[in-house]
This record gives sequence, C-alpha cells and structure tokens, in this order.
Amino acid sequence: MAREVAESCIDSVNLELVHTYCMRLHPTKPELAARRIEAIGFQVGLQLAERYTKERPRFADHLEAIKFICKDFWAEVFKKQIDNLKTNHRGVFVLQDNRFRWLTRVSLDAPTTSNGSASGESTQATSARASQAAGQYLYFPCGLIRGALTNFGVACAVSAEVSTLPACSFIVRIKV
Amino acid sequence: MPPNSRPGDAVFANVERVNAELFTLTYGAIVRQLLTDFEEVDEVNKQLDTMGYNIGIRLIDDFLAKANITRCSDFRETAETIAKVGFKMFLGVTGSVANWNADGTECSLILDDNPLVDFVELPETCQGLYYCNILCGVIRGALEMVSMRTEVKFVKDILRGDDAYEMRLKLLEQVPEEYPYKDDD
Repeated sequence: MAREVAESCIDSVNLELVHTYCMRLHPTKPELAARRIEAIGFQVGLQLAERYTKERPRFADHLEAIKFICKDFWAEVFKKQIDNLKTNHRGVFVLQDNRFRWLTRVSLDAPTTSNGSASGESTQATSARASQAAGQYLYFPCGLIRGALTNFGVACAVSAEVSTLPACSFIVRIKV
Repeated sequence: MPPNSRPGDAVFANVERVNAELFTLTYGAIVRQLLTDFEEVDEVNKQLDTMGYNIGIRLIDDFLAKANITRCSDFRETAETIAKVGFKMFLGVTGSVANWNADGTECSLILDDNPLVDFVELPETCQGLYYCNILCGVIRGALEMVSMRTEVKFVKDILRGDDAYEMRLKLLEQVPEEYPYKDDD
C-alpha cells in the first residue's frame, strides 16, 4: 500500500507556494513568479510521469500521450479524470476539468453595487475576475502537465483558462 | 500505551488522503527551486521556516476542527498531542516526545519516519540545509495561534548523518488571550 498523507498537506503547500512566490518574493514581477512556480510544477510532472509509466511501452503518438494525461495521470494526481478533451487536430488540445480539485477552495467575492446588493454581472466580467483570482494557482498544474508531456517526448507549451470556478481548462500547444 | 496514540490513527483514517509521492516530490521541487533562487543555504532554511509558519497558522484550525481533542492542560500534553495526533493526522507518521528539561518547558519531538524525505539525499553543496525546516515553522505557527510563543529547531537530521529527525521545542511564553474589547464597556 503506497504511503499516504492528508490532502490538506498538499493544499497547504500549494497555497503557500503561490503566496511565497507571488506575494513575498516577487510581488512586483508576476511573470517571474509564474515562471518559477511553473518550473517547480515541471520538475514534479517530469518525475511523476516517469514513475507512473515505468511498466508501459512508449506512446504511439501525441494523442496517446495526451490521453494518458487525461485519464491515468489525472486520476493518480487528482483522483478523477479530465472531463472533456478537445483538439483542433493541428497540435492544440484543450483539457477541461469541470471541478478542478485545487480550485475548489477558491471563491470569488460577490460583486456589490453601491447600495450593497449583488449586481447582475455579465458572464464575461465574472470570468475575468475568476481568471484573476484563480490564475496564480494554475501555474503549478500547467507545469505538471508540461513536465509529464516532456517526459513522454512531447514538447509543448501549457496555459490555463478559468471561466466559472471550479471548472478550468488547460490548453496544450504542441511545439513542432 | 500513551493515551493519545489511537485518536491519531482514527483521525488520519477519516481525513481525505492522497498519495504521498505528489507531496514528497512537490516539496522536493520547492526546496530545489529555493536553493537555485537563494544560493545561501541559511537563507533557504529561513524561507522554509517562514513558509511553514504561514502554513501552521492556518493548519491549526484544520487540526482543531478534525482532531476532536480536549484543551491541553499543560505544555507536556501539548507536545504529546503534536507528536501523536498532529503528525499522524497530516503526515501519517507518529512521533515521540523525549528529553524534557526540569521546568517542563523544553523537549524533543522525534520522528523516525518522515514522508518529506522519501528518496532524498543531500549533495555536498547543501550540507547546512535543514531539509525539513518547514516542519519547525508549521509547529511554531500553529502553537502561536493557541497562545504559545515557541522556538522550534532541528537538532538531529537523518539527511545529515544522524539517526533520527529531532526537533527541539522550547516554550518561550504563554500569551494570555487578548479580547478586542473590554468586558465592562
């Protein structure tokens, strides 16, 4: 039986990772903080991918590697699979998780109008605020995906988008 | 049998658990990145302690909510609770308490097993590093939220050649709870 720790350990460390790099170490350089956090995720993704595919043969193509990320890798790390995978068949994949585990504790303050009642906000404005609130917490998982894919020989760039918490999408762009 | 060892097991069984690998590797990558960013090992030790402190001040709420323990009557009980219930509940390992001083204000928290250090070896260049220093910060932060000012530091570290992970826990001050308003207003 593999060793286990409480999930709150991972949650705490992730939260503190973001606070340390984005607020304490590089408060004026969000790009730098993002790169550092992504690099940490990359390292972990690389190592996890290696461990999870020890017994497996090589992936036949990019799609197989991406499908492994969506099913087995996601299940090991987040205890569920990716809910939706889309591709434009030209090297761009969108991995959608409708309830991303590490975002379940991020919430948005309800916007209020001057008289204190909640205003009817457009979905665009909500998604902009969601992106801002959650964006920092997605650098690490982006790195995780990029590290895992790099281990499988798939060079890529990974970014994330949030529209409605806790759902988010990871966009993988294969580098030719 | 120490009175608190079974509550620790029960709590751990009831919390959401994940594969320790993700935790171990994430922590390792963070330490590695900090070493690259800071170069000075002492600075990294301090950063780990600060990160731990920030985690500890929140983790205490999680602990008190889930651990279902009564208020500790003295510092001895506090130390035992950290070792038997605290470590078990979060890290899945049970620690022990030893080497009390005469006043009962200082003791050692000992861990034989520690998920943070699985697969870890310290290279020659990092000899001054206290790899698990985050734990010191976590304990210090958590205790501060329950009115105890403490000093926590590693005195023995397996990664540095010793036979166990031993933290020296020292109670500096018991701070009485302050209320934000006066009773007679």
